[in-house]
Amino acid sequence: MSRTLIIAEHGGGRLNPATAKCVSCAADIGHPVDIAVFAETAADIAAEAAALTGVDKVLTIEDADFGQPLAAMIAPEAAAMAGDYSHVLGPSTTYGKDLMPRIAALLDVNQVSDIMQVTGSHRFQRPIYAGNAIVDVEAPEGAPVVATVRTASYAAAGNGGSAAVESRAAGAERPQHSRYLDLKSEGGDRPDLQTASRVVSGGRALGSADNFELVYRLADKLGAAVGASRAAVDAEYVANDLQVGQTGKIIAPDLYMAFGISGAIQHVTGIKDAGTIVAVNKDAEAPIFEIADIGLVGDLFQVIPELEAALDDG
Amino acid sequence: MKILVGIKRVVDYNVRIRVKPDGSGVDTDGVKMSINPFDEIALEEALRIKEAGKAEEVIVVSIGGDECQQQLRTGLAMGADRAIQIQTDQALQPLAAAKALLKIVQQEQPGLVLLGKQAIDDDNNQTGQMLAALWGRPQATFASQVVLEDGTATVTREVDAGLETIAVDLPAVVTSDLRLNEPRFVKLPEIMKAKRKPLDVQPLADLGIESGHQLSVTRHAPPAQRARGVMVESAAELVSELKNRGLL
Repeated sequence: MSRTLIIAEHGGGRLNPATAKCVSCAADIGHPVDIAVFAETAADIAAEAAALTGVDKVLTIEDADFGQPLAAMIAPEAAAMAGDYSHVLGPSTTYGKDLMPRIAALLDVNQVSDIMQVTGSHRFQRPIYAGNAIVDVEAPEGAPVVATVRTASYAAAGNGGSAAVESRAAGAERPQHSRYLDLKSEGGDRPDLQTASRVVSGGRALGSADNFELVYRLADKLGAAVGASRAAVDAEYVANDLQVGQTGKIIAPDLYMAFGISGAIQHVTGIKDAGTIVAVNKDAEAPIFEIADIGLVGDLFQVIPELEAALDDG
Repeated sequence: MKILVGIKRVVDYNVRIRVKPDGSGVDTDGVKMSINPFDEIALEEALRIKEAGKAEEVIVVSIGGDECQQQLRTGLAMGADRAIQIQTDQALQPLAAAKALLKIVQQEQPGLVLLGKQAIDDDNNQTGQMLAALWGRPQATFASQVVLEDGTATVTREVDAGLETIAVDLPAVVTSDLRLNEPRFVKLPEIMKAKRKPLDVQPLADLGIESGHQLSVTRHAPPAQRARGVMVESAAELVSELKNRGLL
């Protein structure tokens, strides 16, 4: 029964890359890894999951009720499957954060939230206080380990696998009390903030939604995703799904460029795992400079156009 | 309809956390304590629902030692009608907290339970979802808007892909995200008035819950620090620095 089940996250008929990061975490635990795909139509998603390196089996559980990511629908079914597993993992995305504790409660266990490192089959490190302290946590033997995986701490598993895909019938009772209505997404053609290798972010100093266009332009020039501080989202310069930080997205791009972001601890938590952090801010005392690899004290309204020009010059 | 709001006493979000040198925990001596900010937002939402005439009573509940009465009094000063302290000196993990809250839910039969999406000390983000699971009721987590009508809550949720809207039948558990509202400031006369509002103390032991399997936290450590970087003087210098590092 030393076996790990990962609950796949998907959207728009594609596997979310966070799932491949859970596979890397599961590899560190060291047991055989299965992936469960709850979906209305699972074949394409399952094929992507089956290709991930290190996956033993992909289990598809198809039902119209699983067409939308409702935790109350999926949790009873996932909890029923958990009997065959020592570990049940999901990503620390809003999907996993919503679903996994519901599964844990049905199994009468606490959840290990935000695994950043595996130090034993039942021993993990996780951040508390917005990453200002790291704790060693030990889960009890003899009970399933339910956990979420801090995706910024793991690289995605590769695509060298060819796992078997098995279909399972849904058996658990499903509630009638929750209904999915819709999703409003800004989306667009830009790279996905959570997986992009480059991210350009703007803060309150942008001053308006119109001025945020500067950030978009530079991002497009760099092939980067766009992010924002909480202050910029609160001021409605951009939509909530661009927020980077403790309560937004926690990301680990190779290059993170922060323009007009002071560097509140809640924001820094979201970027600490970035390869290189660049900060441009008018205020030389801004805390962002304490963690930046490359800092430039200057007015972003001058610096961004100059950067664009310098990039154009090759 | 009654609304039950869970509030947790935590280190104030402006405090810079220090890990104790012996790794046994985080230094909380003499540190400012507050209502967990997400819980404060949850309470504000409950008060607004009551003020809009859609609820009759707002009850705040906290789990902890007698020091958490301070936060309950603040909740009463914000406008809650009465308070319940689940008295314990243990720090409960989310599953036990959810089981304790369920006992209060069974006593009070609220139509809506509002909680913060996570506490800013342990950052677990579990209790609301666990309470909903144990109660067998819906959950609407990370709420940025809550609309109540005809026994249903239509909740807009802040999710990674944008804003998701779901409808849940009441009673339900809703957890608040940052942009749900901005909590009110407490005025002095309200603080005085709050002293006379009822605060019921229920020892945790009397609730008869099984805390279940616990996680053990064996060591606290400060996070790895990033080394201090270099400063450049111009955009051109920044570009060449990025090129030198192979990032462009």
